[in-house]
Amino acid sequence: MLKKLSLWIVFGLLLLVLPSLFTSILAISILNQMTIAIIFALSYNMLLGQGGMLSFGHAVYFGLGGFMAVHALKMIEFETIYISVLLIPLVGGLFGLLAGIFIGSFSTRKAGTVFTMISLGIGELIAACSLIFSDFFGGEAGISGDRTFGPLFFGVDFAQDVEVYYLAAGWVFIATVFMYLFTQTPAGRMANAVRDNPERAEFIGYSARRVRFISFCAAGLFAGIAGGLFAMNYEFITEENLNAVTSGRVLLMTYIGGLGYFIGPIIGAIVLTLMNSLLSNYTELWLLYLGSMFVLTVMFLPRGFAGFIMMHQAAWVHGKLKVLMLPYIITGVPALISAMGVVAMIEMSYTEEEAFHYLGFTFTSSSLISWVIIITVTAMAVFATRKSLAQLKYAWEEANAPVVTQEERR
Amino acid sequence: MLEIFIFATLNGIVTGLLLFMLASGLTLIFSMMGILNFAHASLYMLGAYFAYSVSIRLGFWSGLIIAPIIVGVLGALVERYGLRQVHKSGPVAELVFTFGLAFLIEEAIQFFWGRDTKNYQQPEILDFALFTLFGQEFSAYRGFMIFISVAIFIGLYYTLTKSRIGIIIQAAITHPHTVANLGHNVPLIFMCVFGAGSALAGLAGVIAGPVLTTFPGMSAVLGSIVFVIIVIGGLGSLAGAFIASLMIGLLQSYAIASNVGMPDLLNLLGISFERSHPLNDLWTITLPQIAPILPFLLLVLVLVFRPSGLLGKRE
Repeated sequence: MLKKLSLWIVFGLLLLVLPSLFTSILAISILNQMTIAIIFALSYNMLLGQGGMLSFGHAVYFGLGGFMAVHALKMIEFETIYISVLLIPLVGGLFGLLAGIFIGSFSTRKAGTVFTMISLGIGELIAACSLIFSDFFGGEAGISGDRTFGPLFFGVDFAQDVEVYYLAAGWVFIATVFMYLFTQTPAGRMANAVRDNPERAEFIGYSARRVRFISFCAAGLFAGIAGGLFAMNYEFITEENLNAVTSGRVLLMTYIGGLGYFIGPIIGAIVLTLMNSLLSNYTELWLLYLGSMFVLTVMFLPRGFAGFIMMHQAAWVHGKLKVLMLPYIITGVPALISAMGVVAMIEMSYTEEEAFHYLGFTFTSSSLISWVIIITVTAMAVFATRKSLAQLKYAWEEANAPVVTQEERR
Repeated sequence: MLEIFIFATLNGIVTGLLLFMLASGLTLIFSMMGILNFAHASLYMLGAYFAYSVSIRLGFWSGLIIAPIIVGVLGALVERYGLRQVHKSGPVAELVFTFGLAFLIEEAIQFFWGRDTKNYQQPEILDFALFTLFGQEFSAYRGFMIFISVAIFIGLYYTLTKSRIGIIIQAAITHPHTVANLGHNVPLIFMCVFGAGSALAGLAGVIAGPVLTTFPGMSAVLGSIVFVIIVIGGLGSLAGAFIASLMIGLLQSYAIASNVGMPDLLNLLGISFERSHPLNDLWTITLPQIAPILPFLLLVLVLVFRPSGLLGKRE
């Protein structure tokens, strides 16, 4: 209990300290994106990770929440309503919840393929509607508001991004706590049970549909909160925020981070936001790398990054993590070099300039020698990686071997 | 009025048959492996791009043959080295894998061919009007599209129900273990069916490329609609997919060609609203406007009220 509490305190402190560590405008904007992504990914994990419902239309709740939030901002600006902009994410959450209740009432009847297809259909439907009903959704240009109106909160008018960050951090903390607590409630536990075996859950007297419905509504609520924060941060929202692109991105985040683990979506949200804002500065092809990373994750790390970390729990408990250290380096270094080599080849064939700068080296993109060097290095690295896999496997087995205690030995 | 109707019908049939070529492969793969292949429309797009690259060197007809083969081989490789690995992690992982693949293929196409629209042309030999009706021309290429799709439907139906291979495939769908015990290599059958389904998608891309333009978004245009079709037709039912394809094709075509909308309905009822009414968008909506959403509306309705679809046996 104390250990868990201290984790939460560290999380809260981290949220508070981060903007003092990274003060640049870019860093603050990345942090803001991260907070939004974390809530959104966690809400998606409520569906897929805990409830076993694969949705291809989760952006609907994010987007609807966001659109309502922007409309609320406008109402505050024109003094139709008089609330603090502090509550804007809650407005988003409320409409996410309402949409969740309405859509969930028929889509959660079945899990599996039926649910997935309904979510896909609803997603396309709402996205297409958003282009038709241009009064509410603003057509392709979207709608925009202004967050600086309404009653001040201790003299803060949220004109600065940093001020929005603290607001978002507060909401992230609250939302994360509540989403964690949700996993501990009977509803959250039953969501796991229904995911794993709906028949058994029905036999002990729970309606699988009802359990799914509750998870679905909760996921809608938190997605709406994320959408409200998005509206606060950017002060505008467009059709793109509720269409399939956004739905796909949250799936990517959650899956890469790790399904089923509470920390997983948080990791995924952080990694993807960083890739989105940093990697895209260096290369136009970052989506290609993201796609490759995603496919490789699904193939080789089905439980995501968080699952990869948790794989080492047994070894860690038995104090055998150091057995793995050297083998990881022996395999990891050539694996990294071969990955970098492949990236170099992709980038060099894509670039149009003659001189190709890569990791401090300069190659000539049209010369044969540059190509030969890169291909040779990559091929050697791939070969070394393959050769070293055996020792890694051996070390892995040794680290995870059952521990024979003193008593058993006797 | 009549000419609009006839041309809407013809266009609807062309679209519907094209959709069927995609849906047939998808529904075949689903009935066999229980996988909804999200990358199916991406393979279709890949077919168009390969055909484009081949056609500028060797001409359209070589592309028609070579591109589906390349896509089919790619599909088989994906099954062998990707899906089989992912299969261990369960059905959700498989679905997510194909989704990731779709994402990856779209990005890879932009990497290899660029983001711009490709000038993929129909062959000159088919560049004439097949017939002229009410002063409007119906191009020979569209006739060719109809011919190819119908030929595929008949060929596929015949292969699956009458030939030895088809019977083994059908048996492998329902009783994979028995088929394996009889000495057939079931994983190989799976791989071949996946490859064949992919090749069909590729072929659809080859013949659709010149008409629907070859650009990196072409998979998104048809991707979700194909799912609508196989769900409405009933998952795993080839005949259902055929009916649903034509239905969706015609529905969209009629909706676009028609010129009625809410204003007409309101006039009929004698109701009128001010332009400043908050629901103004709703009162001025027209049928062509909502044509793109009709399939999805139908999808949701079918899933809610009849999850097994038109001819499907399972949900």
